Amino acid sequence: MIKVSHLRKEYGDLVAVDDVSFELAPGEILGFLGPNGAGKSTTMKMLTGFLGTTDGEVSVWGCDVATDRIAAQSHIGYLPEGAPCYEEMTPRSFLRFIGETRGYSGKALKSAVDEAVRVLSLERVMDQKIETLSKGFKRRVGLAQAILHDPDVLVLDEPTDGLDPNQKHQVREMIKGLSKEKIVIISTHILEEVSAVCNRVMVLSAGNVVVDTTPAELQARSRYHGAVTVVLKEDDAPDPDQQALPDMPAESAGPDKTQRARQILLEQGRGVTAVEVNQNRLTVIGDTEGLTAAVTNCLAANKIAFEGLMVEQGRLDDVFRDLTAGDSQ
Amino acid sequence: MKVGIVLKRELQSYFSTSIAYVFVLIFLILSGVFTFYLGGFFEREQADLSPFFTFHPWLYLFLIPAISMRTWSEERKSGSIELLLTLPLSRTDIILGKFLAAWLFAGSALALTFPLWITVNYLGDPDNGVIVASYIGSWLMAGAFLAIGTCMSAVTKSQVIAFVLSGTVSLLFVMAGFPLVLNVLKGAVPVLILDIIASMSFLEHFSAVARGVVSLQDFLYFVAVIAALLMATSVVLDMKKGA
Repeated sequence: MIKVSHLRKEYGDLVAVDDVSFELAPGEILGFLGPNGAGKSTTMKMLTGFLGTTDGEVSVWGCDVATDRIAAQSHIGYLPEGAPCYEEMTPRSFLRFIGETRGYSGKALKSAVDEAVRVLSLERVMDQKIETLSKGFKRRVGLAQAILHDPDVLVLDEPTDGLDPNQKHQVREMIKGLSKEKIVIISTHILEEVSAVCNRVMVLSAGNVVVDTTPAELQARSRYHGAVTVVLKEDDAPDPDQQALPDMPAESAGPDKTQRARQILLEQGRGVTAVEVNQNRLTVIGDTEGLTAAVTNCLAANKIAFEGLMVEQGRLDDVFRDLTAGDSQ
Repeated sequence: MKVGIVLKRELQSYFSTSIAYVFVLIFLILSGVFTFYLGGFFEREQADLSPFFTFHPWLYLFLIPAISMRTWSEERKSGSIELLLTLPLSRTDIILGKFLAAWLFAGSALALTFPLWITVNYLGDPDNGVIVASYIGSWLMAGAFLAIGTCMSAVTKSQVIAFVLSGTVSLLFVMAGFPLVLNVLKGAVPVLILDIIASMSFLEHFSAVARGVVSLQDFLYFVAVIAALLMATSVVLDMKKGA
């Protein structure tokens, strides 16, 4: 378990981390969100004992990081930002070095390295110099060293930065596949990552925690939470079938149609407060429970054909902007 | 103590980059040039290695910073320092491991000059005890240069700056006893301080060693310089970490 109380870090006049407190229990996967410079990396650096604190305390698995640094560090696997490693080494010698510093030797060392290599599929590149590897492989070598000793606490600073979508997926699956007894802390500015892997999320802004909640609750804060998006039928060329039925007005999803639909929804839709238009998509925001029914009824009554409808969970980037706006000024 | 683990990795990295081979080659060539041309090894017609040892301070002055400049600068530049300092290793293990690797490496380059020793034994009948002591003295002095170099390397991310800084600080240590330095300070500082500065000179301590005058005092001096600078390295690391 991790306890952080009133953590503060100053660099001269600059306050990087102002006052951060939280507790984490085994099984929690915490996502640190925040714009660049919000203090995510600095917090992680203090947590892992790389940086001293200006004020406040950090304890990891009962070991105070300031007074019992090495004991605390032996519980932690850490992937620093940018996944630095010794580029002139091969993954094999690098991972063996890490294993030795973690107290492994002989057979135990070999099996620890083999297991990390298996999890991150590094077999193919084990004897190439790390400097010759692609970015994705380098990142995976960095992850392999972090999980090598099966740590109780895993601290990953932007673990999927610079990876392609397949590799991102792989890394997320790896994190999700970790034992439920561990604590994982991930910093990221990729919002989808938080809903994909985390069960707790903290938004940092200007060195302070502005939100500490679950990803679902964070999404629910979005004005789009519960909004209904309707995709109007797009038929630019007149449809011969529709011409055969003269009492059905032949609508085309041109600007006219969407604008008309927007107007109708705003005037007649029960509980509709706003409608946003994006090509032939209409996002209907409302303040009522039965928004979906209200929208479908309204569209059907006006004979506006649509081919898709979905209820939105909320948009994280929108919440993120709301929470951290003003940070960049 | 995990000094050995750090030491092994550092030594490996000397040999997996071309640094080791280039350094050893240049060191051997230059020490040969100095001994035979500048030192007049044959012309002296004496069976000793003092022409070889006399030039070591000057040789080390620009060769040792080339070994030590990467010790910390490279870690800082690549960010691997963050990895290294968050592994469960004590600060002493890391600083000592890095220093000892560099020192062993310099020692092996020095040991590779053994053909000179064989030559002088073939040509005459030198005092081998003196030669062994001089070798040890030279190795200790190399350690002092390395300690300066690793400390300067902890100051900056740039290897070039680390090289220039180490060279400059080393030069001050070498030249401390010279009139060039002392005359500038004469009058400005008390005689006691002047004496202390003069006694800090590498050259002062090493010239006795090179001539074959072996005293424990000179050996201890170099050991003290090494210890002081390694402690300074630790302080510098703490100061510069956040930056």
